[in-house]
Amino acid sequence: MTLYFTKEHEWIAVDGGSATVGITDYAQAQLGDIVFVEVPVAGTAVEKGKEAAVVESVKAASDVYAPVSGTVTESNGALSDDPALVNTAPESDGWFFKLALADPSELDGLMDADGYKAFCESL
Amino acid sequence: MSVNASGWRPEMGDASGGGAVETFTGNRALMLEEPLIFEIGGTARTGVDIDVPAGGASRLGGLERSRPIGLPGLTEPEAVRHYTRLSRQNYAIDLGLFPLGSCTMKHNPRLNERMARLPGFADIHPLQPVDTVQGGLALIHLVGEWLVKLTGMTAVAMSPKAGAHGELCGLLAIRSALEARGDARRVILVPESAHGTNPATAAFCGYAVENIPATAEGRVDLAALQARLGPDVAAVMITNPNTCGLFERDMKAISDAVHAAGALVYCDGANFNAIVGRVRPGDLGVDAMHINLHKTFSTPHGGGGPGAGPVVLSAALAPYAPLPFIERQGDRFVLIEEETAEDHHGDSFGRMVAFHGQMGMFVRAAAYMLSHGADGLRQVAEDAVLNANYVLRSLEDVLDAPFAASGPCMHEALFSDEGMAEGFTTLDIAKGLIDEGFHPMTMYFPLVVHGAMLVEPTETESKAALDQFIGALRSVANRARQGDPALKGAPHLAPRRRLDETAAARKPVLVWREPEVAEAAE
Repeated sequence: MTLYFTKEHEWIAVDGGSATVGITDYAQAQLGDIVFVEVPVAGTAVEKGKEAAVVESVKAASDVYAPVSGTVTESNGALSDDPALVNTAPESDGWFFKLALADPSELDGLMDADGYKAFCESL
Repeated sequence: MSVNASGWRPEMGDASGGGAVETFTGNRALMLEEPLIFEIGGTARTGVDIDVPAGGASRLGGLERSRPIGLPGLTEPEAVRHYTRLSRQNYAIDLGLFPLGSCTMKHNPRLNERMARLPGFADIHPLQPVDTVQGGLALIHLVGEWLVKLTGMTAVAMSPKAGAHGELCGLLAIRSALEARGDARRVILVPESAHGTNPATAAFCGYAVENIPATAEGRVDLAALQARLGPDVAAVMITNPNTCGLFERDMKAISDAVHAAGALVYCDGANFNAIVGRVRPGDLGVDAMHINLHKTFSTPHGGGGPGAGPVVLSAALAPYAPLPFIERQGDRFVLIEEETAEDHHGDSFGRMVAFHGQMGMFVRAAAYMLSHGADGLRQVAEDAVLNANYVLRSLEDVLDAPFAASGPCMHEALFSDEGMAEGFTTLDIAKGLIDEGFHPMTMYFPLVVHGAMLVEPTETESKAALDQFIGALRSVANRARQGDPALKGAPHLAPRRRLDETAAARKPVLVWREPEVAEAAE
C-alpha cells in the first residue's frame, strides 16, 4: 500500500487498483471541529481535482477534491453519525470513500509523505 | 413551570459580575432570565377565553386535525413580555457599534422610517390600479434613476429582493445575452476575494465555477485571470472593493480582458458604500451589479427588515432586464408587464418576483438619497473609508494586518490571528468582545486569511465611538497575545457562558418537545 498526498490536503492510500481517500491531519486541524461530512455514494464517478465530498466545520464548509479519477466503491457511513472521527482519526477511521482507480498514472503528480510534510511547513 | 428551567444558574460561574450574590429567580436585576415560550405557557392551558364554537357540519372532507397541535397558551402580557425580554438579550445597531465586516451595519436614519410610514406609501397595494399609485411608481422610478446615475450604467432592475437574488438576476441577464447570440458558454470565473454567494449563484445557474487566485497583496491575479479566459468563459464575478477590504485597481484592465474574450463582467456591489459618489462602476466596464439598498442606502437588515437588491445593467444587458419595471411615459408612470412588453422589451428573461420589489425599502432608500444629496453620498464613501483606515492603523501594532502594506483599505479592516499566544484563536477574541459589550466582528472570512477578523465600522460612527471600540479590541487582543487564561472562558458576563458550538452543530436540537415525550424517546 502506498500513501500519496495532494496540495488540497487529501490523502490517498493506494493498494493495486483500489484506493482509500480522506483528509489529512493538517487539514482537520485547520478546519477545527468537524460537524458534518457528505460523502459520495458507491457508483459515483469522480474526476481528478473535482469536488467529491463536502466537509463542514464550525468555521467553514469546504469541498474535498478527488485526488485521482475513478469510481466510488464504498463510502464511510460512520461519518454521518460521528463526524468527529475526522478530527480524532483523520488518516485511519475517518476515511471518506474508496475508489476503483480509472488511471493509475494520475498518481504520478502527487506528493509522498515527506513531500507533503515539507509542503505544509512552507504554508 | 419553573422560571429558570433551562438557563444559567449562579453556580455556573461568575456571571453575576464578580459578586457571589445568588437570586431566587436566577435574574440579575435588569438582566432577566427567560424560559422557552412553551415552558411559560404550557400546551395544556390557554391564555385567552374563547367560546368553543358551536358544532356544525365540517366542510374539510375528513382533513380535520385529529389531535391538538400543541401551541403554548399565553396571556397577552405573557407573550409581550416574552419577546420583549428576548429582545433585551439581543445586540442591535440601535445599541452600539456593530463591526460585522462585509455586512455594513450602519445606522438606519429615523427620517427614513418616518417617510416609510406615510400612509400614501405604507398603505398602497401592488394590485391597485396604476392610476391610483402614481406617486409610488414615481418613487420607484426615482430610486432607479439615482442608481443608474450613481453607477454610470444604462438600466436598472428594481425587483430583486436582496444581494444574492440580484446576483441571480445579473447572471440570468448574462445568460440571456449569450444565448441570444448563440453562444452557450459554461464557465464562470470567481476570484478568491469574492463574496461567498458569487460561486453559489453561478452554480445555481448551472455554470461550472472556477477559482482565480489572489496576489500576495490581496487583489485579483490579473495574469492568472487572463490566462484562463477563453471561449468557454461566460462571465467573471468580481467583488469590488473586495472582501480583503481592497479596491481592485486593475478593474478596467480586467473588464477589458473579459470583454475581449467575449465574456461579461458581473460586479458584486455589496461594498458600493465604499465608492459611492467617487467611482462609477460603469466606467470600469461592469455589465451588471447588484446594489444592496440595505447596506449602502441604510435600509434596515439583519433581522430588522427585508433586503432589497436592485441590479444595474450595461447597454449590452439592458434588453434582457426582468419584468415588471416602471417606465415614464410623458407625465405618467406605467408598469411594463408581460402584456405590455412585447413591442419594446420582448427580450426580457422573464419575471423574478410577483410584484415591483421591496416598496418599503425603496421609500427608505429614496429618503436617504434625497436627504444626503450627491455630495452627501460622496461623503458617505469617504467617511466609511476614513473610519476603516482609522481602525486598521490604530490596531495594526497589536493585531496582524496582512494587507496593511497594500496601501489604505477601503471600508473594512482585515486582521489575521498571527501573533496570538499558543492555543489562542480568533474565536477567543470574538468572545472577549462580547464581554466588552460589542457584537463580534466577522470571523474566519475571507478564507484567504488565516483566522480572519473583518471589521467594518461604517461611516455612521463618531470618533468617540470608534475610539471606544478600538480600546476594547486592543484590550482583548493584548489578552490573546499574553495568553490570559480567562479569555479562553469568555464570555463571562453574557447571559450564557461560552456555548458548545460543536455539539450544537453535530447534535442540533431544533424542536421543542413535551418533557414526557422527550424522556420517552431517550
